[in-house]
Amino acid sequence: MSAAEYLRITGLHAFYGESHILHGMDLVVNRGECVSLLGRNGAGRTTTLRAILGLTGSRTGSIMVNGRETIAMATHRIARLGVGYCPEERGIYASLSCEENLLMPPQLGSGGMSLEEIYAMFPNLFERRHSQGTRLSGGEQQMLAMARILRSGARLLLLDEISEGLAPVIVQTLGEIILQLKEKGFTIVLVEQNFRFAAPLADRMYIVEHGQIAQEIAQGEIHAKKELLQEYLGV
Amino acid sequence: MGQLMLGLVNGSFYAVLSLGLAVIFGMLNIINFAHGALYMMGAFLAWMGLEYLGIGYWQALVLAPLTVGVFGIVIERTMLQWLYKLDHLYGLLLTFGLALVIEGLFTNGYGVSGQPYSIPAELSGGFNLGFMFLPHYRGWVILASLAVCFGTWFGIEKTRLGAYLRAATENPKLTQAFGINVPLMVMLTYGFGAALAGFAGVLAAPVIQVSPLMGSHLIITVFAVVVIGGMGSILGSILTGLGLGVIEGITNLLYPAASATVVFVIMAIVLLVRPAGLFGKEQ
Repeated sequence: MSAAEYLRITGLHAFYGESHILHGMDLVVNRGECVSLLGRNGAGRTTTLRAILGLTGSRTGSIMVNGRETIAMATHRIARLGVGYCPEERGIYASLSCEENLLMPPQLGSGGMSLEEIYAMFPNLFERRHSQGTRLSGGEQQMLAMARILRSGARLLLLDEISEGLAPVIVQTLGEIILQLKEKGFTIVLVEQNFRFAAPLADRMYIVEHGQIAQEIAQGEIHAKKELLQEYLGV
Repeated sequence: MGQLMLGLVNGSFYAVLSLGLAVIFGMLNIINFAHGALYMMGAFLAWMGLEYLGIGYWQALVLAPLTVGVFGIVIERTMLQWLYKLDHLYGLLLTFGLALVIEGLFTNGYGVSGQPYSIPAELSGGFNLGFMFLPHYRGWVILASLAVCFGTWFGIEKTRLGAYLRAATENPKLTQAFGINVPLMVMLTYGFGAALAGFAGVLAAPVIQVSPLMGSHLIITVFAVVVIGGMGSILGSILTGLGLGVIEGITNLLYPAASATVVFVIMAIVLLVRPAGLFGKEQ
């Protein structure tokens, strides 16, 4: 494995109870790269993120995180390798205030952002810091779900549908934040439905279909492969 | 006045016991029917410690809850942990069975007649408050229970560990995905809940006869307290426990025949008006 690789998934199968969702997933994410997983609903993109953290039912194959095999590890041990997860449903805790939500994930390693840096990046969260987590607006909750994993020192960010259901101006802000995070050297896996949001941010894109990678598209190839994208995503 | 004080003492036991049940239910989703048996174990361990090993009250107050807590952890690791994915009913049945086994073993060994346990010398006697006589030991039970309840409430609501606990109660999988060892927290929570029951048992030992059935006498009332307060509510179980103890005491004064049923009448009324309990959140 090359030093640049941060995440390598090989032959990954994952199940929820009886249903077989991932059928031999293979993908690589390099250090500092932003990779987007595109595809239709139910293609297996969210399951891929959940499987990385061991949140699915049984899983087989190989998932290397920063050079460590994690397929047999408990969820909390995988997280401690420096994996930050922002789930699709955002997962804001109703029983915790905004700031408690932000401080909840324990320190996984050094190099996390300080609370000041986070509030500078998300000024709304500073204003709402004493509010109950679930009293925040949809956009603020999304910001909080992202901000929460920046403090912990996680270097690999798994972001699931962060642009979903938000106003265009907030989606634009989120795009700018992703660019700042790339500059700070975070490695990002972006699961997206919204091709227009993901296209300018991603260094590479994978198209997921039927629980497998159907296509890999580099940033430079987007124009050339427009028809292919249309066929898979209907955009 | 004396009845009121007796009510507060009973209420203190209700509060500590229902607090343990609430903490366990919140985190493990298990309705811990073994709680009365764990309470009885606490009292019995105190009695056995004095009888066989010469361990006094104050040491027993620490050692017995610790032992009961460790016993709880063993139960959680060997049995309860396999039930979390199943319906509440399985946890209830298993813990109910455990309660019967534990009580049966103690009954076999010691019979059902109570063993006397005397009040420690430091706490015998009482204050004359002018309008009533307050035995020192009763005052101590109320104070110690309040301190333990407040400490637990503070730990859960105001500290960092408590924030982990609340997060893990609300969304265990996501909390584990942030790097927190949730299975370990669940294990320690059950151990802590069991230790609370053991603590109440030691506190109760000098007030009532130490008997294998002392737990099953109390536990039904404690469950009513938990239902009235709201399943899983920390503050609710503490306040309801104390409040109902007092109400029981007052009823005993006004109409003694109703004192054993008043809690259940209140439970029925509360369930009609607020099905989630006084402090519970509607789902």
